[in-house]
Amino acid sequence: MPDQRLTASTFEDLALPLLDQLYNFARWLTQDASEADDLVQETYVKALRGFSSFQAGTNFRAWMYRILRNSFLSSRTGMKTMVVFDEEDSNTVPATASASPESVLLAQANRQLVQEALEQLPVHHREILLLCEVEEMSYQDISEALAVPIGTVMSRLFRARKALREILQAKLKGDRHGL
Amino acid sequence: MACDQWRGKLDAYLDGELAPAEAGAIGAHMPGCASCAADALRRVQLKRSIAAAGKRYEPSAQLRVKIAKTIAAKPQETPRWGWRILIAPALAVLVISLGVNWYSGRETSRRQRLYGELADLHVGALASTSPVDVVSTDRHTVKPWFQGKIPFSFNLPELQGTEFTLLGGRVTYLRQTPGAHLIYQLRKHEISVFIFADSGDATTAAASNGTRAQSFNMENWSQNGLRYFVVGDVSAEDIQALGRLLRDAG
Repeated sequence: MPDQRLTASTFEDLALPLLDQLYNFARWLTQDASEADDLVQETYVKALRGFSSFQAGTNFRAWMYRILRNSFLSSRTGMKTMVVFDEEDSNTVPATASASPESVLLAQANRQLVQEALEQLPVHHREILLLCEVEEMSYQDISEALAVPIGTVMSRLFRARKALREILQAKLKGDRHGL
Repeated sequence: MACDQWRGKLDAYLDGELAPAEAGAIGAHMPGCASCAADALRRVQLKRSIAAAGKRYEPSAQLRVKIAKTIAAKPQETPRWGWRILIAPALAVLVISLGVNWYSGRETSRRQRLYGELADLHVGALASTSPVDVVSTDRHTVKPWFQGKIPFSFNLPELQGTEFTLLGGRVTYLRQTPGAHLIYQLRKHEISVFIFADSGDATTAAASNGTRAQSFNMENWSQNGLRYFVVGDVSAEDIQALGRLLRDAG
C-alpha cells in the first residue's frame, strides 16, 4: 500500500472500490439482503473508526474482509452458523476415474447448480472458496482476512473443495435419476 | 511415484502459490502425464465454476449512497447549532454546561464500572484454582483452542526476545458477551488481556490512553472490529509494551 498518511480521503480511495466485492461476500455469508446491507454498513463504520490502527504496508483489502467477517461472526446469524470444525482431519481425496462433476458442469455451464452447492456448504468452507476463487486472494491475504496460519488456509481450502465436489456429485446423480 | 508427489501440490500450483522452481517442475511433468493433466483440468474447471457462480450479488443503489455518506462524514465536523448560542448566550451556555457535566459524569461512572468489572475478572481468574483452561506458553496452541468457543478470531504476538510469557487462556463473559481472556506473566506479575467483539460502545472507546483503576493499570483499544483490554498491577509502561506487541500482531 503506497499510502503513508492515513487520512479520510485515503480511506475513501481505498475502501469505496471494495464495496461491490464486500457486499457480494456479505450476502454469501448472511444469505439475506437486508442483513448483508447492515453488515457492510457496520464494516465501513468500524473500518473508518479503526483506520488509524491500520498499518500502511499491510493488505488493506484483507483487513476490510477481516472486519466484515468478525462483525458477521458476532452477529446473531453468525453465532448460529458458527461451528466447531476439525482442522486436523487430513483425509486425502482418492483419485476417481469416473465422469467428474466438473466436466459435466462445464458442459451444462450450470452456474445455478454451483450456487446451490455453495449455499449448502458450511460457512467456513464457503467463505474460503469465495476469497480464493472469486476474490483471487493469495494464501497470505486469506490468512490475514481469516486470521489463521497459511497451513490452515491450505488444509481448509483442500477440504472445502472436496466438500463442494461431493455436494455437486450428489446433485448430479440426483438429477440423472430425475430427483 | 512422481505423480503422487505432484498430486498434493496441484491445488497450490493452480492457485499460483508454488515457488517458481516447483511450479516449473510440475509444468514440465504435466505434458507427459495424461492422468496429472486430467486432474489439473478438473481442478481448473472447478475453480472457474466457483469463480463464475460466486459473483452473484450487487449492492443496491441505496446502500451505495449510504456507504458514500458514511465515508464522507468527517469525524471532526463543526457543530451546526453554533448560531443558536449567539441568540441566547446565557441560557445556552448554562444548558450546555449542565448537560456536559451530567453527560460526562454519567460516562465516567459507566466507564469506572466497566473497568471495575474487568479488574474483577482479572482478580477472579487469578484467585481461581485453575486460572486458565488452556495451559500453554505457545500461542499456536492457545489461539486455536478458542476456535468455536468465541464468535471471532484474533492473532497473538510472538514473545521471543521480550520479557513476557503467555500462561494460557480461558473463555470469559463481560456483559453477556463472550470473549477471550489471556493471561501473560511479566517478572512474577500476571497481566490479563481481554478480547471482545467491538460493540461500538463509546464508554469503552473514551479513555484509551492508559487508565488507573483500583490500583491496576489498564489500556484499551479497538482494532479489526475487536476491542482489547490489558489489565495488570505492573507499571503503565509495561502495560503499554504488551499493548504494542498485541497491536502489531493483531
